[in-house]
Formats: sequence, C-alpha cells, structure tokens
Amino acid sequence: MNFKLIKDISISLLLARWKQTLVAAIGVTFSITMFIALLSFMSGLNTMLDSLIINRTAHVRLYNEIQPSKQQPIDLSKQFGKDHNFIRSVKPKDERLEIYNAGAIMNALKSDTRVSGTAPKITAQVFYNIGTIDLTGVINGIDVEAENKLFTFNDYVTTGNYIDLKNVPNSIILGKAAADKMLAKIGDVIQVTTPRGERMPLKVVGYFQSGLQELDKVQSYTSINTAQKLLGVSGSYITDIQVKLKDINIAPQLAKEYRQLFNLEALDIQTANSQFETGSFIRTLISYAVGITLLIVAGFGIYNILNMMIYEKMDSIAILKATGFSGADVNRIFLTIALSIGVFGGILGLIFGFGVSALIDQVPFVTASLPTIKTYPVDYNPKFYIIGILFSIVTTYFAGYFPSRKASKIDPVIIIRGK
Amino acid sequence: MNTNVLEAKKISKYFYDPVKVQVLSNIDLAVKRGEFISIIGKSGCGKSTLLYILSTMDTDFDGELLIDGINIKNKKESELALIRNQKIGFVFQFHYLLNEFSVLRNVMLPGQKLGKYSDKELEHRAYEKLKVLGIEKEALKKPNQLSGGEKQRVAIARALINDPLIIMGDEPTGNLDNKNSEIVFSIFQELAQNYKQTLLIVTHDNEFASRTHRIIEMEDGRIK
Ligand SMILES: Nc1ncnc2c1ncn2[C@@H]1O[C@H](COP(=O)(O)OP(=O)(O)O)[C@@H](O)[C@H]1O
Ligand SMILES: [Mg+2]
Repeated sequence: MNFKLIKDISISLLLARWKQTLVAAIGVTFSITMFIALLSFMSGLNTMLDSLIINRTAHVRLYNEIQPSKQQPIDLSKQFGKDHNFIRSVKPKDERLEIYNAGAIMNALKSDTRVSGTAPKITAQVFYNIGTIDLTGVINGIDVEAENKLFTFNDYVTTGNYIDLKNVPNSIILGKAAADKMLAKIGDVIQVTTPRGERMPLKVVGYFQSGLQELDKVQSYTSINTAQKLLGVSGSYITDIQVKLKDINIAPQLAKEYRQLFNLEALDIQTANSQFETGSFIRTLISYAVGITLLIVAGFGIYNILNMMIYEKMDSIAILKATGFSGADVNRIFLTIALSIGVFGGILGLIFGFGVSALIDQVPFVTASLPTIKTYPVDYNPKFYIIGILFSIVTTYFAGYFPSRKASKIDPVIIIRGK
Repeated sequence: MNTNVLEAKKISKYFYDPVKVQVLSNIDLAVKRGEFISIIGKSGCGKSTLLYILSTMDTDFDGELLIDGINIKNKKESELALIRNQKIGFVFQFHYLLNEFSVLRNVMLPGQKLGKYSDKELEHRAYEKLKVLGIEKEALKKPNQLSGGEKQRVAIARALINDPLIIMGDEPTGNLDNKNSEIVFSIFQELAQNYKQTLLIVTHDNEFASRTHRIIEMEDGRIK
C-alpha cells in the first residue's frame, strides 16, 4: 500500500497535537535514558567487582588437602572389603601440603590448549613478630613474573616496585593494612616465624592493596625462593598451582578433569566465589526491572495520547473511511504514530543515555581499596543500546496496538449520523 | 449491457435498539448512467439510512445491492472501501474536511489512496476540479479559513477527484444559506448537464428537487 500517504497523514495528525506528542515522546526518552545509564553503570560496576575476583584469582587452583585417607586398610582386605566397616576416630595422614611432581604437572598444563597460563605458589601460615606481639598472617611465595603476567600483580602494589621482590633477596611486600598495624615502613626489616618455629628477617620493599581490607590485614608476598628458605624445604616444593583459562566458563568441568588426572584437589573459581555471581545477577536484574517499569509507564503515556487523538479525530477517521480508506489503513496510520513516538523518543533516549553514562564516567570515585579505579566504572556495551531501542519499539507497538485497532473499527455511519 | 450504475432490490433495514423497528421496507431502485435523481421525504422517513446502504458504508440490511453490476453482499471490508474509493463520491451535510491539510491536499486524499495517478498529476486534476467549482484561488488555504459554502464546494471537489460513477449527497445544502445553496445546486446541475455525472441527492428542498431529472419520494421507509 501507499506507505507515503499513510506516513503523511500520521505526521499531520502528530503535528496537530505536537505538545501532547512531545510529552509522550519525552516519557520514552526519559525511560530509555535511565535504562541505558543504569545498565551501563551497573554493568561497569559488575565488571569491576568481577575483575576484582576474576583477574586475581586462579580460574582453577590445584592443591593438596590434609584429609583422612579415603581408603582404610580394611577396605583393601579380601575378606572384609565388601562388608560395611565402621572405623571411628580416623586421623589425617601425616602428609605434607606439597604437590609432588609439580614440574611435570606444570608442563602438562602448559601444553593444554585450553589453558592460558600457570603460576606456582606456596602458601604458608606465619606470624609477624612485632615486639612481644605475634600477628597471624599468610605468606604467599610467588613466581613474581608469572604472577604479574597472570594476575596483574603490579596493579595492586601501591607503594614500591613489585619486581624488587625478585631482585632484592629476602624481601617481602606487605598488605597495606598489615603494614599499618606493624608500623612497617619501606626498607624496614620485619621478623617472620613459621608454625614450626623457624624465624627469618625479611625486608619490606612495598605495600599491596587488593581492595579487600580483610585480605590486606593478613596477606603478604615473597618470592618463591624466599618462601622455600623460610619453610626450610627444597627448591622443588610448591603447594599450589594456579591455572588461568582462556574460557572461564569451562573451569568447573576442567577442575573435575584435573582432579582425576593429577590426583589433586582442584577448586574452580565459580565454586569458590558463587556469591559474586549471585550479586552480579541481582544487580543486572534490578537494572532491567527498573528500565522496563519506566518503559511501561511511558507506554501508558502513548496509549493515552493515542486514545485522545482518536477521540478528537473521529470525524477525520469517518471521512477517511467514507472516501475509501480501509480499516487496515486507519490501523496503520495510528500504529505509525505510535511507532514514530517510540522510535523518535527511543533514539533521543539512546543519545541522552550515552551522555549520562559519559557523565557518570567522569565522576571521581577514589577509594583506598580500589587503587586502579579513578572514576565510576561504565560499560559502553552496544548490546544495551540495541536492547534499549528494541524495547522502546516493542512497548510503543503494544501501547499503540489497542487504540489503533479501536480506530480501525470505527463505524463511519455512527459518526456521520451523530452530526 | 447493463447501464444501471446502481441497482437496489428489495432492500429492508431494521434497527434493534431499543426495540425492533423496520426503517426501510422492500426498496427497489435503479439509477441509470447520467441520471440526476433527488430523494425527498419527511424527516425520519429513512432517506439517510437508505443512502448509507447504497454507499456500502452500512452492510447490515436484507435484499440485494449491485453497484456497477457487482453484488456487494459478502464483500470484505477492504473491498467495499475500494468500491467507495473508485466508484462513489459522497457529499454530507457537514463538510468533513481535515483541517491539518490544505484545501488542495483534502481534495487529493481519495486520489492518493486510489494511487492511479502520480501526485503531480493528481495535483493538476485537483486544481481542475476546484476550477469547475470556482474556488481554485483557495487551494492552498486551510479549510478552517474558508466560508461554509466554500467548504461544501471543496467537499464536492473531493467527491469528484476519482471521477466516480455516482455522486451521492445527503442534504448537502442543509447547513447553507439560500445564496450558497443556490450555488451548490447549480454546480450539481452543471455537473449533470456538462459532464453527464450521475447524481443521487437527498434534499428537503422541493424547489431544488423539481429541477432534477427524477424525484423519488419516500414515506415511512417506502418509495411512494
Ligand atoms: N442507530 C439507530 N438506532 C435506532 N433507530 C435509528 C438509528 N438511526 C436512525 N434511526 C431511526 O431510523 C429512522 C430513519 O432515520 P433517517 O434515515 O436518519 O431518516 P431521514 O434521513 O429520512 O431523516 C428514524 O426514525 C430514526 O429515528
Ligand atoms: Mg437524514
């Protein structure tokens, strides 16, 4: 059909009531603006909070756990092995936390195409000695370069140079909160004791801030060699292998595979941090809910203006029908009006939404716990803009659907008789 | 060949609100090409009702209606719209012009819907029609800037734009003063004489009716 004619008639009806039309369009604009700004901001926040975890946590962590042997000697016996055996008060084996054959495992992991990188680690319980007081802490012995490559270690070393950990013998980077507690300045030497009683002086070469205060109170970093010296173990001793994957989503499945393959405990990031995913999900859900609610309200605005227009333009509708326009034509005229309001308001909303996002992006957001963040995080994902415009078109279509149908069903005889 | 532009066979019409009333009973009517017919009768005798049926706007009736030899029973709403668009020009008591559009555009609208001519040609044709009615000077004004008589003449031009088989009028001079009524009458006469236009006009003016080719008088839903 003659779309140009339908368009002409729609536009002239729109312009005849341009103030109300504008108000309806502003409603759409406002809701799309809010929708875009909210989602961009929330998604930025989610990405930031996730990266807090994802960038710094191994996607799969391999380690040994001290636990009772799953098979007790009696289970191996031919005579009683098939019976139900009750053994009480089982104690863990005297087993070290060391990963045996770590070098071979690391090589195997490096040749796995799904793995993007590995880093060895030693975690050890220690006491920081200050005067007569002992503070509990955890020392991470790391391969400084591998750690930096995998987990951007450098980003969290707020004072000092991370590479000093490798270059300066017997050095330590303290968590900022722990350092504050100990009044330890850069260049100071602090005393560290292991649970077995070995004591060692370590030189503070930097502070680090993870963004998680609780973590910074206890954690500190040394090189892997220093940690081995501290624990008095051989140069092959490590307790953890951290694995980073190309695709984080396969972590749980891979953890299961490695558990069997290497006969080690394997913890995937999803299991370790399930609360974060829930948080992200809820935030996204709320943003969508607010955006859609606003759009529905805007949809009612459009519904109202169309109903009013149809009521006012009964005569015009009647004469159009009398002179040969079909119900379908009239329907198209009013749907075109609704959709123009939606598209026009929606596109403006996208522009304003981008503007508001850019503004949020400029707002300073300085917090001690997030050293890499300077302003509020914003995610300019084009997906939000596509969803936004689709939403505005769909809502206005539905808002226009019933009034347009009503208009198409108007009986010209009734209108003309009424005159 | 059938020269009947319009043929009504035994048309009856009932209204059911609030009680069943028969408004038209067994109307038989044939309109030949080039005829100028007037329908007269007392107020409430069913003239408008008949005209709405003959113009396909009201399809709820008993009997048969043939327009240009085509039976309109069981036609879809969009098909009837097309018949109205192509073959029928309607002039009401009220002008029903769209104030959002210029006079010229109002005249062009049914033609644009038909889509037989380009906009350029249509504009030319609309000017021609306005010239016949002596109001081509007002073409670019908005309808609300015109007098009542001028508006009604624009409505006639609109009815003419698709060269319809028949022009129907429901008391087209009902809202006009004597002078303007006379102008509209003479336009109808001119159309009938010079352009051999078929016309079917309801009127309450017996003097005007007497100047037409044929008078149909109605009484209580019947043709007398
Ligand atoms: N919608 C309706 N419902 C019930 N009765 C109606 C309706 N429309 C018209 N009528 C009745 O039908 C009769 C004919 O009306 P109408 O055709 O308008 O007469 P006329 O045009 O000759 O004055 C009148 O008695 C009127 O009251
Ligand atoms: Mg009447």
